[in-house]
Amino acid sequence: MIDIASNPYKADFPLLAGKPEIAFLDSGATAQRPACALDAQRRFYETMNANPLRGLYSLSVEATEAIAQVREQIARLLGAVDERGRATARDIVFTRNASESLNLVAKSFAPCVLEPGDEVAITIMEHHSNLIPWQQACRAAGATLVYLYPEQDGAITDKEIAAKVGPRTKIVAAGHVSNVMGVENPIAKLAEAVHAQGGYLVVDGAQSVPHMAVDVRALGADFYVFSAHKALGPMGIGVLWGRHELLEQMPPMLTGGEMIDSVTEQDAVWAPVPEKFEAGTQDAAGIYATGVALTYLTETVGYEAVAEREAALIAYAMERMAELPYVDIIGPAEAARHHGVISFNVRGIHPHDVASILDMSGVCIRAGHHCAQPLLTWLGVENLACCRASLAFYNDKSDVDRFVDGLATVWSTFNA
Amino acid sequence: MGNLYTSTTFMEHNSHPDYKYEMDSPTHEHDGINPSCGDELTLQLRVEDGVIEEASFTGHGCAISQASADIMAELITGETVEEAKRLSGLFLAMIRGDELTEEDYEDLDEAAQLKDISHMPARVKCAELAWRTLDGML
Repeated sequence: MIDIASNPYKADFPLLAGKPEIAFLDSGATAQRPACALDAQRRFYETMNANPLRGLYSLSVEATEAIAQVREQIARLLGAVDERGRATARDIVFTRNASESLNLVAKSFAPCVLEPGDEVAITIMEHHSNLIPWQQACRAAGATLVYLYPEQDGAITDKEIAAKVGPRTKIVAAGHVSNVMGVENPIAKLAEAVHAQGGYLVVDGAQSVPHMAVDVRALGADFYVFSAHKALGPMGIGVLWGRHELLEQMPPMLTGGEMIDSVTEQDAVWAPVPEKFEAGTQDAAGIYATGVALTYLTETVGYEAVAEREAALIAYAMERMAELPYVDIIGPAEAARHHGVISFNVRGIHPHDVASILDMSGVCIRAGHHCAQPLLTWLGVENLACCRASLAFYNDKSDVDRFVDGLATVWSTFNA
Repeated sequence: MGNLYTSTTFMEHNSHPDYKYEMDSPTHEHDGINPSCGDELTLQLRVEDGVIEEASFTGHGCAISQASADIMAELITGETVEEAKRLSGLFLAMIRGDELTEEDYEDLDEAAQLKDISHMPARVKCAELAWRTLDGML
């Protein structure tokens, strides 16, 4: 049995340790960072700073090496290995965030395969980052964007997949875990369905990599993206993994320095994957710190402990929320199906008022449309908005207690 | 900021707004929206001889946007258009964090309660919605 009252992790996070008055329940928007990741950023500039790739001197080689190691670490983390178990580091592309990674696929890969009359299928639960790029790609190609709708509990059924993924489907794009409903989508089934039609699967892992082990091969993904900042790393680092032969056929989205092999007055030859997609100087310190943050997440803490602790926290939070008859939870009733995320509304009270009143007692939650307006429209949620508490392993029982006690205060403020 | 939600008069404007209704024959009507919040508001005025004889609003949103709209409608009813413009200018300046004179605060009456919103940037747009809508139509 996990002891959620004690918190062995808080001391590793300077912001949490330094602000005990805060109950941070917005990790779905961005995580807090452990000291080791913050120190790493500084260490890069203090001990190995040089422009990676360019220099021939050893300091630059060291910087280049540091980036290469993180590439390999991330490939391994995502299960991107070849038949002999070697990490396929060259298939890891660094971007600024998951949004940019998805844009790269939609703007560069989609035009290679989409023809007029084709379909791109996404779920109605997608974050705008995995929705608007597909609207744009479909518009440009004369393709149609179709939506997979879940049941009220967030489950996408086999029947819905069979109905929406058909002969015209070229691309399916889906979040691994929904940032609003908190549910895990049936990625492997989507992969099977779209591959049977000769199409491709793009997976948005922004809400999964912080919480669970990912294996792109077992999932059957053709592209997988995530943001470092939701997984304890710095803001400004995104990752795109893609199947090598697909990355090969994609043109670069940005051009310029460090992404070429040779340049003449009128022409240029692209560098190989992944450098082809990484024009200009990368945030090398950020990438280095991302590696350290992910090591902390997956080794110091470990996904097993993360999952166990988060499940216990979610279960406790939902049990306590169930005591409040005026709180309506969005998504599945079973705590086990909420991966770090609980969205809800307090009956008759605008989510922004809920968040403002919780803020007065230091409880940080998100309120609004969560960059998922089509989902909230489909759910028929009043005001097109809801509240969201999102947890991480560094939270504890007292955070949840303050949150739920705060909800009672919200209610009494409006119903005195 | 804490006191707004605990202020009975303020919360009363949210739960029992006197000026939230559709007017029969408005001379002016204007929509205001706050896309990030989903607050939507339609402001209606009946202006006769340069005087706002009647003001009302419809729509939905958070307590701050609703109460602020009700307080505004009450404040500008019976005022000249010129005075309403001056009051909305004062309110918007106050919300942006400007210090007003004692007299100005008195003129804003109940609306002066929203002063503390200036310390809460995330809610400024909610408080401003009705006033910006008024500003846009006059």
